[in-house]
Amino acid sequence: MNEMSVNGEWRSSKVSTGTTIIAVRYDGGVVIGSDSRASMGEEYVSSRVINKVIQIHDKIFCCMAGSLADAQAVTNAVIHQLSFHSMQMDEPPLVQSAAAIMRSFCYTHRDELSAGFIVAGWDRKRGPQVFQVSLGGMIVEQEFTIGGSGSTYIYGYADAKFKPGMTREECLTFTTNALSLAMDRDNVSGGVVHLVIVTEKGAERQLIPGNKLPVLQRLA
Amino acid sequence: MLHTSTKTPTGGFSFENTRRNAVLEANLSEKGYSAPNARKTGTTIAGLIFKDGVILGADTRATDDMVVADKNCMKIHYIAPKIYCCGAGVAADAEVTTQMMSSNVELHSLSTGRPPLVAMVTRQLKQMLFRYQGHIGSSLIVGGVDINGPQLYSVYPHGSYDKLPFLTMGSGAAAAISLFEDRYKPNMELEEGKQLVRDAITAGIFCDLGSGSNVDLCVITEKAVDYLRGYDQPVQKGLREGSYRYKPGTTAVLTKTVIPLTLDVVDESVQVMDTE
Repeated sequence: MNEMSVNGEWRSSKVSTGTTIIAVRYDGGVVIGSDSRASMGEEYVSSRVINKVIQIHDKIFCCMAGSLADAQAVTNAVIHQLSFHSMQMDEPPLVQSAAAIMRSFCYTHRDELSAGFIVAGWDRKRGPQVFQVSLGGMIVEQEFTIGGSGSTYIYGYADAKFKPGMTREECLTFTTNALSLAMDRDNVSGGVVHLVIVTEKGAERQLIPGNKLPVLQRLA
Repeated sequence: MLHTSTKTPTGGFSFENTRRNAVLEANLSEKGYSAPNARKTGTTIAGLIFKDGVILGADTRATDDMVVADKNCMKIHYIAPKIYCCGAGVAADAEVTTQMMSSNVELHSLSTGRPPLVAMVTRQLKQMLFRYQGHIGSSLIVGGVDINGPQLYSVYPHGSYDKLPFLTMGSGAAAAISLFEDRYKPNMELEEGKQLVRDAITAGIFCDLGSGSNVDLCVITEKAVDYLRGYDQPVQKGLREGSYRYKPGTTAVLTKTVIPLTLDVVDESVQVMDTE
């Protein structure tokens, strides 16, 4: 038991999302997933059912990682700005516009903010896309991306198991397995798995409770 | 051209005196003293949504480091007729934040012409706390009933918020949440809900040093608000078992010596006080 848990320093720490977030692109859409734990310090779970996959437009979602206050504030600002942009253009926004707006916030306020995001969705111009907007404001488009503190435990798994040209079902299995593995190993990721599948037709939400997650290794 | 010599105040906190304060604190600690700390409320606060509305609960102890500064303080603050807020953290911050929110909500409600929404109160609180980047040390549970039904939000000092059917905050949060996780069910009846909140706050009072004294409850429904101050007193002051009074003459006097002190008047001076 370390000194921090004896003194109860969790009471004065920021709420952070701990987190494992993942997004994967397939031919017809994107699969986005996250865990559901918000932690204070390293010992107290302040919320075990928080949803980290936020809808920023009809077919564009973003996943939060890092400080919860910063992530929520940026996400709300982006939703506002994106809806205004969409009204000005008189058409649904592009995923890259959403990612660009997100990036401009993260970059302009890089010294004050401590939050990273994954922006993913579907638009009419380029179809399904996944963008990673990291802490300092870097934006990278990828086929699939993982983020958050729990992602360090699944880089090997993700790199080995991902193949381009997967079907929707294979993507769902890949995402769910990756999240389960990370939630098993990372102390600040856990709870339930929130999944969102975005296609041309719209967005579909799924929730997998903790006891229904795939068990990839029996320990006893 | 005329220039004003005064600088317009920029708002937010001024950290000009931090270096001076650090030097003063170092000087004090050399002599064995320490600088005074802001009084915190220690605290266990909790809220849950039941069948007809929201029940908020709080303990009533305010601590000053390890001394109880106030045995019966009110931690459930009024925001709007059907919206109340429990505050934990630094006592002054929680008090002033909720008072400011209450006046903002009144103005907003007058300008929209509608009764206020709990979500609106939460949004204003979190935007303000985020702006101050955690330097305002107040954790709040906002609960109330509006046109969208009963709602419960928690707002943390750095500006993050949560919307959940049951919540606890403060130093006794861990003790109280254990009761809720065990016994909470959706759509509970009023008496069951009150009992559960009372039990959760009592867990905080017994198991957390920063919480104590009485349990306050506030039941908010569509029809009415029931503020139950001092709903329960789980801790009674102990009665002394024996009497420690001794009869005069219990201690025997063995010897008695009187030494008169001879004092001479050395100087006499009169100072007239101006009383006009």
